[in-house]
Amino acid sequence: MDAKFWLLQVFNGISYGALLFLLGSGLSLIFGVMRIVNLAHGSYFLLGSYVGLTVIWTTGSWLLAIPVAALAIAVVGLLVERVFLRAVGSDPLRQVLLTFGFALLFQQAALDIWGGNNLEINPPAMLTRSVVVAGLHLPVYRIFMLALASAIGLALWLGLDRTRAGATVRATVDDAQMARGVGIDTSRVSMLIFALGALLAGLGGVIGGAFLGVYPGLDFDILPLAFAVVIIGGMGSLGGAAIGAVVVGLVDNFGKVLFPQISYFTLYAPLVLLLAAKPTGLFGRE
Amino acid sequence: MLTALALLLAVAVVTPHTTPFLLLLVTRILILAILAMSLDLLLGFTGIASLGHAAFLGLGAYLTAILAVRYEFGLSWDFGLVILFGSLLGAATAAVFGLFALRASGVYFLMITLALSQCVWGLAYRWDALTGGDNGLNLPGRPVLGPIQLGNDAAYFYVVFAFFAVSLLALYVLVESPFGKSLVGIREHEVRMRILGYNTWLHKYIAFIISGAFGGLAGVLWAQVSGQVSPDNVTLTTSVDALLMVVLGGPGTLLGGVLGAGIVLFLREYLSTLVPWWQYVLGGMYVLTIFYLPDGVLGTLRQRRKAAGAPAVGLAPRPVRSEELRINEGGIE
Amino acid sequence: MKAKSLCGLAVFAVALAALMASRADADELRIGFLMPVTGPLAQIATDSINGFKMYLDDHKGEFHGATVKFIVEDTQAKPATAVLKAEKLIKQDQVQMLVGGVLASTGYALAPVSTREKVIYIASIPASDNLTQRDADKYPYFARTSWSSSQPSHPFGEWACANGIKKVVTIAADYAFGYEVVGGFQRTFEECGGQIVQKMWPPINLADYAPYISTIKPDADSVFILPVGAGALTLPRQLQVAGIIPKMHLIGSGTSFDEFVLPQLGDEVIGAVSPLHYSAALETPANEAFVKEYRTKFGKVPSYFSESNYTTALMFDAVMSQTGGKWPGSKELLDLLVKIEVDAPRGPVSFDDLRNPIQNIYIRKVEKKKIFGYANDELWNTVIKTYPNVSQFWKFDRAESLKQPPYTRDYPPCKYCE
Repeated sequence: MDAKFWLLQVFNGISYGALLFLLGSGLSLIFGVMRIVNLAHGSYFLLGSYVGLTVIWTTGSWLLAIPVAALAIAVVGLLVERVFLRAVGSDPLRQVLLTFGFALLFQQAALDIWGGNNLEINPPAMLTRSVVVAGLHLPVYRIFMLALASAIGLALWLGLDRTRAGATVRATVDDAQMARGVGIDTSRVSMLIFALGALLAGLGGVIGGAFLGVYPGLDFDILPLAFAVVIIGGMGSLGGAAIGAVVVGLVDNFGKVLFPQISYFTLYAPLVLLLAAKPTGLFGRE
Repeated sequence: MLTALALLLAVAVVTPHTTPFLLLLVTRILILAILAMSLDLLLGFTGIASLGHAAFLGLGAYLTAILAVRYEFGLSWDFGLVILFGSLLGAATAAVFGLFALRASGVYFLMITLALSQCVWGLAYRWDALTGGDNGLNLPGRPVLGPIQLGNDAAYFYVVFAFFAVSLLALYVLVESPFGKSLVGIREHEVRMRILGYNTWLHKYIAFIISGAFGGLAGVLWAQVSGQVSPDNVTLTTSVDALLMVVLGGPGTLLGGVLGAGIVLFLREYLSTLVPWWQYVLGGMYVLTIFYLPDGVLGTLRQRRKAAGAPAVGLAPRPVRSEELRINEGGIE
Repeated sequence: MKAKSLCGLAVFAVALAALMASRADADELRIGFLMPVTGPLAQIATDSINGFKMYLDDHKGEFHGATVKFIVEDTQAKPATAVLKAEKLIKQDQVQMLVGGVLASTGYALAPVSTREKVIYIASIPASDNLTQRDADKYPYFARTSWSSSQPSHPFGEWACANGIKKVVTIAADYAFGYEVVGGFQRTFEECGGQIVQKMWPPINLADYAPYISTIKPDADSVFILPVGAGALTLPRQLQVAGIIPKMHLIGSGTSFDEFVLPQLGDEVIGAVSPLHYSAALETPANEAFVKEYRTKFGKVPSYFSESNYTTALMFDAVMSQTGGKWPGSKELLDLLVKIEVDAPRGPVSFDDLRNPIQNIYIRKVEKKKIFGYANDELWNTVIKTYPNVSQFWKFDRAESLKQPPYTRDYPPCKYCE
């Protein structure tokens, strides 16, 4: 096990983390702004994959599938937030139940619409090769995921940090009451953030569909990972989500390589300990 | 109160004479009702929502199975000991989990209980020498108590009903006691309780342990009702279903758990024999409950009766109103 | 209020009872079919139901004079639900036999129900070895019409030795089915001089195999895969992207390349070799007719799930032909079942006395070609070798076999892994 081997593991962990960032950043933002525990987040991811597939089947264009799927899921998220979540308020229990109900509905609908076969999204051929960098075989698709997630992460950060709209969002996250006090329409901010979160999840789904496959059950398989990212990184923190995603990706990867026997625990046990020590996550704020 | 008891008595008497399927279904409903009531203690009375309650069910069930299969224990009158051990295991696990989980509250509590129950699931799945892994364990048949074969569905129904009644009674006594009242106080306004000198953490911890004990009890009965256990019993879906049962039936009413268990199981197990789209109904139920019945069925009934000036229905004399069902937000211990 | 509610409850109970009771008709054969109709395995349930029903429809819903009443119940892929539905089927619908189950856990949950209620349970898919081996005597009302997990692996080990495969790395899902398939292969492969140099057990439903692929020992010449769920599609592709295949041979369990997943796989699996008791590309008149009819009716090539359930119906029909359409009783039916020999789409099938099939095992290779007159080039499992009359014990002495421990993660031990 030489340096090349470890470098490869790091690369694998981080690139997996890139996908998790897309998934987790949305969840983190949603929680930060709205204090909502969205148990349907995995469903948005899965629906994004399925919609992406449909776009590819009808138009043959993978490139088109990405924005269309992301936007479609954003719309779904918007509707759910507007019509349902808004009415539920900030009670986490009711959010849990409501979003879980939606997760069940989405799951059955996906099964009825797209059937139960395992499917895969096929990206353009040039992305399915691998390049040899410093003697390491690196799949181009993973590099792509890394690049895309970084770009999106940067855009989000710039948006939050440098724009007026971003300042509005940050104000709402920090102290919603105060924000309302200075005239910010927090309910509009909530709605947009939820749509953004859903968009990111849907985007993650189309990108992830080539990597993880598209199948009934993916929604609940990916959900704990999304929560792991947000728990580690702290809810409401974008930077935290990035770090959380990288940590989860690395821990998951190294856990499987070094301790294959207990791969189910390498993720959850540390989570428990972390939450016990710092219940708001590494970078969370109250 | 009397109505409720009469209804329950009627169920006990009538059920074994209905169809075999209904008997099986009601037996399962009663077992899950015990689980739901234990969760109601946490949720409805103390104001803590746990996403990992299935862990206790699973632990009780696995203990029963392992004792029966690997040690041939619990197949006769020693089944009573298994019930005791199952409850103790549930309580002990809750004691350990509580140390971690109760450092958080609100949504963080949800997360940490979820992670804890996933650890239990992982253990059940991985430790296949003990738990049978994904194949699960098959129990060698229900206990035989002297001349009584619990393999007879009606006989087992009565045993389950007896435990259900005992659990209901015990929990009722608990919530009516000063301890129970302080739990409600904590749910309402924890800071005020602390100012008044109550050790709120200890109260929550004890409530957590008690709910774990009843969860373990439910697990023991559950293992014998289907004759097998598998990691399936410890999934997120089971935990969320338990939450739904409490919220649907009416948090803070204890009996709401029975009603909720009845409705959820009816949808999952009975409706699914009739139509393939039952999952839409279940999902819809989750959504609609939150909207139209925020206090659950019994809770809403109680509101109406109170508004009409009639005496309170159900067991806990103090009704739970939706604004009051505030989960303690934030706060690090 | 009290009297009214009691009354209401009574009326409700009676109505419910009336609604749910069903009268048993003496001239019909009632079969309870347990499948995970909802949930992630729904497609398998659909394929299975379609297979069984196709046979029924072809025979006007009768098995030699006995009208078949076919009741499907949803197990939701949960063993506890499977047990509840099975008991409902037995106690309420009064079925004479239960068929189905998909996962091993369901098979294990239903087998004791059959013993307890003295009702036949035919596992048309669950493949766990021990159901018809070490645990067989616990389940006298249980029979299996599909296969046992290690059954195809045994001849495959010999085939591998004889075809230039020397050092194998296995990547198989971490559960009993994975252990049994790999274990069977390892046993015969190492007996004829092969070496398994590395065994990896990723969790079920894993999609990102990168951590495992990156540790594949470079001196191996073949990779044996057994992914489940999402991994069925992603593992071959990830192996290709990492350059492992086609440099190394790709081999694996029959389920890895079965017609259930084959249409969704890409060219990366061309040349992959696997063993199974069925292939849709089996060029016999019986199979060609079966595949064409199935494809026309349901729009897809039948998988082994479909064939298995179709053949189960075929077998019942064969048994009923011997009783003139009359239900002979549970034990009697089982006795008849294990004595029959049928010509199924998969070829000739008979039973051993532990009620597991004895059948051909085909070594198949994935090829892209046209077959059966279809217009397009598609991926098919071409049969390259047939081992006839393979039982679950292969050539081993049965008593010896049963004394050995069952195949697990660590048995047979990995002698050549350092």
